Amino acid sequence: MNITEKILARASGKSSISPGDVTFANVDKVMMHDVSGPGVIKVFEKLQKQGIDTEKLWDPSRVWVAEDHFVPSAEKISAENISKLTAFVKKYNIGRHFRYGMGQYGICHTISHEEAMVMPGDVYVGGDSHTNTTGALGAFACGLGHTDIAYVLLHGRIWFRVPETYYFHLDAKLPDHIMAKDLILHIIGEIGTDGGAYRAMQFGGPGIDAMSVQSRLTLCNMTTEAGAKCGIVEPDQKTIQYLESRGATNINPVTGDADAQYAKRFEYEAEKLEPLVAEPFSPENTKPVREAPTVELDKSYIGSCTGAKYEDLVAVARILKGRKVRIRTEILPAAISIYRRAMENGLLSIFLDAGATIGPPTCGACCGAHMGVLAKDEICISTTNRNFPGRMGHVESQTYLASPLVAAASAVTGKITDPRDLP
Amino acid sequence: MSGKVVRYGRDNIDTDVIIPGQYLKIHDYEELARHAMEGMDPDFHSKKGSYILAGKNFGCGSSREHAPIALAHSGIKAVLALSFARIFYRNAVDGAFLLPIEIGEDAYQKIADGSEIDIDVGAGLVRDITAGAQYKMRPFPEMISKIIEAGGLFGYKPE
Repeated sequence: MNITEKILARASGKSSISPGDVTFANVDKVMMHDVSGPGVIKVFEKLQKQGIDTEKLWDPSRVWVAEDHFVPSAEKISAENISKLTAFVKKYNIGRHFRYGMGQYGICHTISHEEAMVMPGDVYVGGDSHTNTTGALGAFACGLGHTDIAYVLLHGRIWFRVPETYYFHLDAKLPDHIMAKDLILHIIGEIGTDGGAYRAMQFGGPGIDAMSVQSRLTLCNMTTEAGAKCGIVEPDQKTIQYLESRGATNINPVTGDADAQYAKRFEYEAEKLEPLVAEPFSPENTKPVREAPTVELDKSYIGSCTGAKYEDLVAVARILKGRKVRIRTEILPAAISIYRRAMENGLLSIFLDAGATIGPPTCGACCGAHMGVLAKDEICISTTNRNFPGRMGHVESQTYLASPLVAAASAVTGKITDPRDLP
Repeated sequence: MSGKVVRYGRDNIDTDVIIPGQYLKIHDYEELARHAMEGMDPDFHSKKGSYILAGKNFGCGSSREHAPIALAHSGIKAVLALSFARIFYRNAVDGAFLLPIEIGEDAYQKIADGSEIDIDVGAGLVRDITAGAQYKMRPFPEMISKIIEAGGLFGYKPE
């Protein structure tokens, strides 16, 4: 069995499991945020009307809550959602609640690894599609809707169809100007936004071994854009060290068997990869940056679970150091712990000297909610993960998806720019 | 169950156009319905459809259960598509909001916008009453059938 099958077999109490089997798996960790949380509360209210008992969660210590989509609250409804969610956390004695304005908080998928909330080998489900991100730690990490999360909260398990696995092999370390974002855009450009649908996407090979945990998180994050059920990387010493340095103990990594089966194998050569953008209006519309159209950008957005981890901010600082931005540039570290490191290591000064604005961690403009949404006809280059019509604001705005290096280089020139071409 | 079809002849209709991100803070089902399909079809409500017909990968993007909720509370009983994104599919079934029905290329190409159709899940058929034709739907996997029969995941009792 491969790693995904082994995790699902263990969680289902079975000795073996095969793609296509439908199974009820026991869940190790469950997450909800300020969009899915109130949705789950609504499901609980419906269940109560049907006479279903919702008084006790299966195990509140395994549940954690993040405030990320609509913080800071821009209007009353968002504020009330946070207050409802807070009351829910209190009523059910939920394990951890990362609150805006109270120390560590941030985007749920960033908190999952910054706070070591998920361990290798876990079945981890979250009320958000980018829950796939955390598969980079060697967990089965999968996004679900409100009804399913409510079911997990009450029963501690959920059904899955065991996915086939596609294996993506990278032969060597990525060159300095290429980031994990370029590789995952390349893959989505090749297989399409339904190319990984219902499947697990596993990344491996010498290039993945050489990659930092944070880069692996970027890869797994955007398996969602290929429609995948999960993204996964087998845990190694780097994974263990990453988690231990964030307070984890008793890590029990799971890896695939020597004869693990994969439905399909894809090969990539690091030296042949180019910096890419995904043009509007789909993550699969990829093109080398040097062949991108000459458009006058209005804004560079550096934020989200995809593109505002510490390593992403370091890449942006590499470009912005000693340079000035020519367009609005908004940098939103994805968690307070990242914000703090950026401050301590002088990154924030580099950003401010360049003329960029620094904002608090939030999903905000990435999902067109608030905190910097786009006007009609505005064009943005962004380190985020989606560029569907209206994703970041007006339905006639446009978003180009790119790596933090490309988004920073483009901030400097005001045009879509390959970092190698900066003067 | 019979009703009118709203046909969108395209693939990858994503959750951002089904219900834009700015409405994710809303959890009132009727209010969500008022914004259904706002990202691509401002005339959606005036069409008074009971079914949506679309291409591949319907409902791709986010996990927002707001998407099937907004459609169901706009009167949509089923979405007929060549394929579905996984979270939309399971949200539709587990929450018992609407039926995600997989159809073949033939039905997708031939059923016209505004046609009157009838869905017979038992017989596995989509009948185009307007054109006098009928098409097979892909049968639901066994587990999905049981959840649908149970009125959603909470009614389902695993063996």
